Amino acid sequence: MTVTAPNPAPAAEVPKSSGTRLVDRVFRMRELAILVVFLVMIAVTQAGNSEFLSEQGIKDLLLNATILVLVATGQSLVVITRNVDLSVGSTLGISAFAAGLYLQDGGNPVVAIALAVLLGIGFGLLNGLLVSFGQVPALVVTLGTLYIIRGIDSIWVGSRQITAADLPDGFVDFGSGGVSAVPYLALIALAVLVATAYCLRQFGSGRELYALGSNPEAARLAGIPVRKRILIAYTFCGALAGLAGALYLARFGNVDSSTGNGYELTVVSAVVVGGVVFTGGSGSVYGAALGALLLTSINSVLPALGVSSVWVMAINGILLVLAIAVDRIVALRVASALKKRNARHG
Amino acid sequence: MTHPSDPGPAPVLALKDISKSFGAVRALRDVSLELFPGEVHALAGENGAGKSTLIKTLAGVHRPDAGQVLLDGTPVAFHGPGDARDAGIAVIYQEPTLFPDLSIAENIFMGRQPRRALGRIDHKATHAATAGLMRRLGVELDPDRPARGLSIADQQIVEIAKALSFDARVLIMDEPTAALTGSEVARLFGVVRTLREQGAAVLFISHRLEEIFKICQRVTTLRDGAWIASEPLDGMTEDDLVRRMVGRDLDELYPKQDVEAGEVALSVRRLTREGVFTDVSFDVRHGEIVGLAGLVGAGRTEVARAVFGIDRWDAGEVEVDGRILTNGAPSTAMAAGLALVPEDRRAQGLVMDMSIERNIGLTGLRTTVRAGLMDRGAERSRSLDWAVKLQVKYARIADTVNTLSGGNQQKVVLAKWLATGPRVLIVDEPTRGIDVGTKAEVHRLLSELAADGVAILMISSDLPEILGMADRVLVMHEGRLAAEIPRSEATEETVMAAATGRAAA
Repeated sequence: MTVTAPNPAPAAEVPKSSGTRLVDRVFRMRELAILVVFLVMIAVTQAGNSEFLSEQGIKDLLLNATILVLVATGQSLVVITRNVDLSVGSTLGISAFAAGLYLQDGGNPVVAIALAVLLGIGFGLLNGLLVSFGQVPALVVTLGTLYIIRGIDSIWVGSRQITAADLPDGFVDFGSGGVSAVPYLALIALAVLVATAYCLRQFGSGRELYALGSNPEAARLAGIPVRKRILIAYTFCGALAGLAGALYLARFGNVDSSTGNGYELTVVSAVVVGGVVFTGGSGSVYGAALGALLLTSINSVLPALGVSSVWVMAINGILLVLAIAVDRIVALRVASALKKRNARHG
Repeated sequence: MTHPSDPGPAPVLALKDISKSFGAVRALRDVSLELFPGEVHALAGENGAGKSTLIKTLAGVHRPDAGQVLLDGTPVAFHGPGDARDAGIAVIYQEPTLFPDLSIAENIFMGRQPRRALGRIDHKATHAATAGLMRRLGVELDPDRPARGLSIADQQIVEIAKALSFDARVLIMDEPTAALTGSEVARLFGVVRTLREQGAAVLFISHRLEEIFKICQRVTTLRDGAWIASEPLDGMTEDDLVRRMVGRDLDELYPKQDVEAGEVALSVRRLTREGVFTDVSFDVRHGEIVGLAGLVGAGRTEVARAVFGIDRWDAGEVEVDGRILTNGAPSTAMAAGLALVPEDRRAQGLVMDMSIERNIGLTGLRTTVRAGLMDRGAERSRSLDWAVKLQVKYARIADTVNTLSGGNQQKVVLAKWLATGPRVLIVDEPTRGIDVGTKAEVHRLLSELAADGVAILMISSDLPEILGMADRVLVMHEGRLAAEIPRSEATEETVMAAATGRAAA
């Protein structure tokens, strides 16, 4: 019932031999729209405050978005299969603390990151198993694991805290450093994003995620291993939440038992604003990443324009509702445009 | 069983003594079936005879409890739909199973995309192969177009293309024509004939007997889960086939009793809903069955919905037994003694996940309440009473409605409304998609109701049904009443002429 994307004029016939595919073009339009909103917002801000796009300004913008982009990328995969993972905030928090604790004891940073990712994979597997084999609605299961993981985190961490002073200097430098204005962390996120998008598009199992989100019963009848695919989506989502935990540690150097609290809702907002349809089957990780970039940028834009940051939440909410409304309207238009094409084809 | 015209090719797919039970229900008992290359084989039987179970067994969805599935004479065990597909068996289900968000090309090749190096999908080859399939089928569908919004006919074309794409040797079609128009059916049959000539075996299921005779060479009949006969259709008549399916000579399919019409029960005067129907006036008397004919989209269902108060009307008046109804208020319509059995029973007539008992009880919530609480005992006895009266076939009254066959679901919808003791009954396509046996029962029931003084307005696209059951025929054309034809003058020609706008009102 929801196609996410504006349709090119219905009369435009796609040239049969060219590689341009209608479905893809339609998605790109949706992403383009977010990109335009983002660029306009940046341009307006820059016009109002010329300091905004300094090297440090750009760096901050990208750094702020990095972690959300990573988690949103993982979340998109799950949402595409018509599920959701609400436990990502808890997973991020516990992975960050685990990595921090290991580094505090003089561990190797690479191993610390791997540790965080493994922890994330573990929780992702747990979610995936519960959802795919337990046949329980994802919303409920992952709400459960959200609290379970947060509970374990609270008991384990207690009132302890990890600060930048406990971490090796190299790790902290890595978290704030970069190639001129582009932080290392953003490069990592970008690499993950591009690789994920490529796999989703180029491999059968990636397309199968879309298929089973689009029509689960048909997916079963088409012989797609539905449970396995859902398991993979959750595991990947967990892994990225773990990785995001490690990067969070590197970026902020400060982790306690409440790290990542409530983060899942920001992630889901980013994904939906980015055009990944909540009922599954359509959207792209690029869209989700743009959604994440847009949402985090608002945090920097408002202060730069002298607007109180109390508006941030309200604006995020408006964007979310707008995105859904636009999707719905566009879906209706696409449907009627397709019907017309249909009629012409007899 | 004989297969005379086969000069001896071996069956490509066969079922041997298959049995399958679901709990206490024995869906299939020792059923055998042989499909030969180059034949279109009909599978006939009433709703609930086991046709769907048989198809799902062939498709690898169900595993038989006993018996063998033989592929080229060798026993095989399908562990899932993928196995059957890999064996060259394609199934086109009653409800198409497409991915609305994905392109036609992706729908066709999902799970089997052409690959490049490193297992990556070759999108270009997928596109080209799909375009080739569309050419072969003689249709113009853009391979890159999403499946969302395709007409049912085009969705079926995509399903057939899917079957062609892996050179299916066996094509199973479950009621492919139920939702198609005449020209779409003709196109589909063209494709089926081509496939047959290319050596495919086709298993064809349809409730429209004339279609079976048109396209099939042999027929296997099932009744109550048991194999009845497999025989060539040459020399058989529709009556022979019906007798096999029902197991007895069908009492008249249209058992219309002559009833003296009484007072006017439903009076619709100059009813108009802008852009939908205009100036519609008619009366229905107690004891009368009035048929409402017309082409799909002529506004028949819309008039019924407005009369019942589901949609508002812009002008006009509706009276039931002298009481003027409030515009857009189904509850006053119900209180006045009006009942509407809708066209789409799955979406509008039934709560599919609720029990038979509860579904029938829904219309009686007012009467089965005691001191503000549901009287479950009263609900049960009321529901049981009606389920028995209408001869609904079920295991337990507490079973959910979606376990019933289509015909029995329709009976539950009828029971639900008859339980309100209506004085005026509007039925919209009362026998669409249900088998001959149940059809005759529904007709008998309507006839009996009329004899008891109920005024019945029957919307139907099934001309023989209109002609066989109605005392008077109203014909709609493009939102207006085009003709009112008394029973004595109603023929296929007069009704169709009015429905297509060729005759003056």
